[in-house]
Formats: sequence, structure tokens, C-alpha cells
Amino acid sequence: MVSREVLIEAKGLTKKYDGFIAVDNIDFKVFKGECVGFLGPNGAGKTTTVRMIYCFLPPTKGELKVAGLSVRSQCREIKAKIGVAPQEDNLDPDFTVFKNLTVYSRYFDIPKAEATKRANAQLKFFQLEEKRDVPIMALSTGMKRRLIFARALLNEPQILLLDEPTTGLDPQARHLVWDEVRHLKKQQVTIILTTHYMDEAQILCDRILIVDKGKIIEEGSPLELIKKHVGEEVLEFDYDEKTLSPLKESFPNSNIERLGDRVQVFADQPHGAFENFLKEHKLQNVMIRNANLEDVFLKLTGRGLRAE
Amino acid sequence: MSQPNIRKSPAPFSIPKLSYRVWRVWRRNFDVFTKTIKVNFLPSLFEPIIYLVAFGFGLGGFIPNMFDQPYIYFLAPALVAIAVMNGSFFECTFASFVRMYFQKTFDAIVATPISVEEVVAGELLWGATRSTINATIVLGVISIFGLVSSPLFLLVPLIAFVGGLMFASIAMCFTAVAPNIDFFNYPAFLFITPMIFLAGTFFPLTSLPSVAQIGAMVILPLTHIVNVTRGVIGGNVEPIFGLDPALIVGLSVVWLGVVTVFFFVLAINLMKKRLTT
Repeated sequence: MVSREVLIEAKGLTKKYDGFIAVDNIDFKVFKGECVGFLGPNGAGKTTTVRMIYCFLPPTKGELKVAGLSVRSQCREIKAKIGVAPQEDNLDPDFTVFKNLTVYSRYFDIPKAEATKRANAQLKFFQLEEKRDVPIMALSTGMKRRLIFARALLNEPQILLLDEPTTGLDPQARHLVWDEVRHLKKQQVTIILTTHYMDEAQILCDRILIVDKGKIIEEGSPLELIKKHVGEEVLEFDYDEKTLSPLKESFPNSNIERLGDRVQVFADQPHGAFENFLKEHKLQNVMIRNANLEDVFLKLTGRGLRAE
Repeated sequence: MSQPNIRKSPAPFSIPKLSYRVWRVWRRNFDVFTKTIKVNFLPSLFEPIIYLVAFGFGLGGFIPNMFDQPYIYFLAPALVAIAVMNGSFFECTFASFVRMYFQKTFDAIVATPISVEEVVAGELLWGATRSTINATIVLGVISIFGLVSSPLFLLVPLIAFVGGLMFASIAMCFTAVAPNIDFFNYPAFLFITPMIFLAGTFFPLTSLPSVAQIGAMVILPLTHIVNVTRGVIGGNVEPIFGLDPALIVGLSVVWLGVVTVFFFVLAINLMKKRLTT
């Protein structure tokens, strides 16, 4: 295998706030050109990790290198290479859409003519040209998210940090963001993505890190994780007590879960096994579907709700 | 080898590392200011005129000469000093807090090559600029009324910038510890408002008991700006403790210099602590 360039490397990375451990002694690597997804329940430590990467928060302990530079002493150089699209809206409400981009370019020392060119190009791509001269207040949530994404690209970053980039977006805007992520991946931009949408992670990410309570509890490609933890197919049907024992007989090593009035069976057998079972047994509202990342996520992090 | 690098919070007086990038932050605020110049310009023009009319011409008519000049000559330079104080104090409390807390403008800027220290320093320099603008406007107003009598008045913008930087820095220390925006009512009503009236502005310090005179000279920053603006605009400087007026102006300049550096460094470190932990 070709040895790949490590762009981000964390060793024993820890962040504590007043006795609360947000990130607990984690190790991870991100390679050049990769799209890595950080998935985890609220409060798992995703955003804290992202914030340490762009020097917003100093680590309490451990080592974190970005493009070979230390977050403890070389923040300015690191930040010049990174584009950040944070979770919350921190667009500048004192300026118009266009001026938001040109003022932000100035923070990166991008000359005015070049800044204007880049701002116009971003507005065009993100379909915000019509809103060029309106104040931020007049934008919808989706438009604000797109503008935040556009702003993160102004310095033509090597590394892009996307913290929940599609939260609150309609499907059209979500696809626009996905298209841009794919486009950037082709240009070898390294992307770190946090999201609560498993379909998004499954579509965009080469590798997933599942974090919970400040620890990385699992990692791998989406397909690897699905195969490893939940198999390939899931059988779902309305709960009926009589069906359970024949089901257990036919699929002795399967994981059978009851969720309210539905039953989910995660297969440990090849495709077609469920169809054969259904020929002999009558079940209500049956559905056979491919196993997905959400199944993995819920299996690993549980179904309990988390406080923010 | 890996060291046990436990992070310490910044010492309150470590020297901040700053670069030309502070002007990028300054420029952001300047751009907003020029966009909203109408609402920024007019109020600062009206306030000194009202003080001048009410106290200078109105009340002043009943007041005998003060230090060999009509009362209004005593008052006018103090109005310039008050403009210096108000300009940066309100900019770096309420306005900076809004940018920091509600608009998250600082968060957005520190994701770029600009550091937290530079963001805060840029805010402080902008506060000083607001003071300079306001003081210059008031200077214009009092000169129209013929109340400027020394060519040294040309030093007012410089004095306003230094004095403004001092009040900006003091204000930013409050901002660094403010839990919410209402908190600023404390310094506004307990620190700024009393100073408007008690720092040798509307009546001479020398009419107060000597303990109060010492207190005003040691604790109230506005007193020193008043002394200096009086010195350069041509109103007579009060002979506090019977000292020579030139010496008093000299002492005030030194006091302003030392206190400005002290609070400038402290403000940046306190804000850094607030924003990075």
C-alpha cells in the first residue's frame, strides 16, 4: 500500500473544562485528501475536537499536529491553511452578504481584487448572487449555512472543517453542500465533517470515527462498520409474539431487537435468507432493507437521549 | 519526548504578541462606523452643545469668574475630556460585548490567522479612535463658540487617542468579566456617571476638601484628561495642592501613560482568558 501523508495527528489529546472531560485521551490520524466523519451523540466531544484542530481551544493535555505544525505554538500558520464552517451562525450582521466575504478575505491578507473575484465565484456557486447586497438578517437559515460554507473556502484551504454543515437545510440545499464536498474531495482537500445525519456521513465520508463520552469507540469505512456491527440486511416487521421462536431458530446468531411495536432482525447470513424465511412465515408490514450507518450508530451509542 | 504540557491560564500581565493584523480588526469596525455615520455622528454633536448651553451659558451666567476666566472657559475643555471617556468606554463595553457575545464576531475572526490578542487590541485601538473622533467633534463645537485660546489645541487628537485607549482598556476589563450585558450598568452608573461630575469638570476640585482632591487625582482617570485638555485648549489648569499648573499637566501625562499601559496589557490577558478557556 502506498504510504499516505498524515495531515492531522492527535496523540493522547485531552480537553477538560472545570473538571468535566470533553475529550478524553484520544488518538487519531487524518490523511491527505480524506473525508473523515466524526459521529457521536450531543456532548460526545466532536465540536471540542474540531475546535482544537483550528486552535480555537487549546488542548489540556496531549499532542495535536496539523500539517506538521503544533497547535500549541504555530496557530497562525495552521489557521492560514484551514477553512472553518462552524456550527453556529457567526456571520457578521453589520455587513451585507458580499461584504462579509471581502472583509473575511482581508483577515487572510487576500488582496482586494482577488478577494472580490473569489467572493463573486463563491456567491455564484452557492446560488447566493441575488442576495449579494442584502444584510445577513434578511437571509434564511439555509442561505446563512451556505454563506458560512462559502466563507470557509475563501482562503482556498488544504483542510476544511465542517461542523454540522447541513443542519436545518432543505433537501435541495443539502445536495448543493454535498456536491461541493465531493468537488473539494476531487481537488484533494482534506475534510473533517461532524454530523448527526448518518446518510450524509455514509455518502460523503471515506472513514468514520464514532465518538461517545469523549472517547473514540469505533472507526472504519462506512461499509466496514456496517458489515462488522449489523450485517448486510435488516428485516423489520410488526411485533407478533408467535413469530419470535421460529425466527430465533432460523437465525440463531442474529441480533433481534424490539422497538415499540416493531421488530428488527440484523442478519448474520447472506442475502436471500430473509426471503426464504418469509416464504414459510407470515409477518405483518414486512420490510427488508440494507443495513445502514444509523443501525451501527444506535447499536454502539445506545438509544438513550443525551443532554446537550 | 512528550512533556506533561498541562496548560496554564495566561498570566494577567504577560506581554501580548501583536502584529499589523490588529489593524484588520480595527478596519472592520471602521467600515461599520462609516456605514452608520449618520447615527454615530449626530448624537455626539448634540450632547456637548446641550451641556455648553445649559451649564456654560445658562448656569454659568450666575457664576463669577473662575481662575481669572469666565466659567464657560473652565467648562469647555472638560467637555472634550468627557467625550474622550464616553467614546471608548461605551464602545468597549456594550458594543464590544455585543460583537463578542451576541454576534460571535470574535469567534469568526480567530478562525483566521488573526489571534485573540490581536482581536482585542484591534478593539481597543478602535475604541481609542472613537474617542478621538468624538473629542475632535466637541473641540470643533467649542471652537465655534470661541472657547479655544491656545494653539496647543492641535494636540487634542493625540491626547484623546491616549486617553481613549486608557478608557477602552478599562472598559475591556469589565467586558472580560461581564456575565451579561446588564452588568455594564454597574460601571456606567457607579464609575462613569460620577466621574462626569466629580473629576474637576463642572466645578473645581480645589473647592473640595483635600482628601477628596487626593482621591480624585489618584483614582479618577478623567481628572487627568481634564487637566491635560485644559492645559492645551487654554482654560486655566487648577492649581491642585497649590502646585504649578505645568507640573500638574506633566504629572497627569505620566499618570495617563502608566495607567494606559497597565490596563491595555491587563485587558488583553483577561479577554484571552475569557475567550480561550
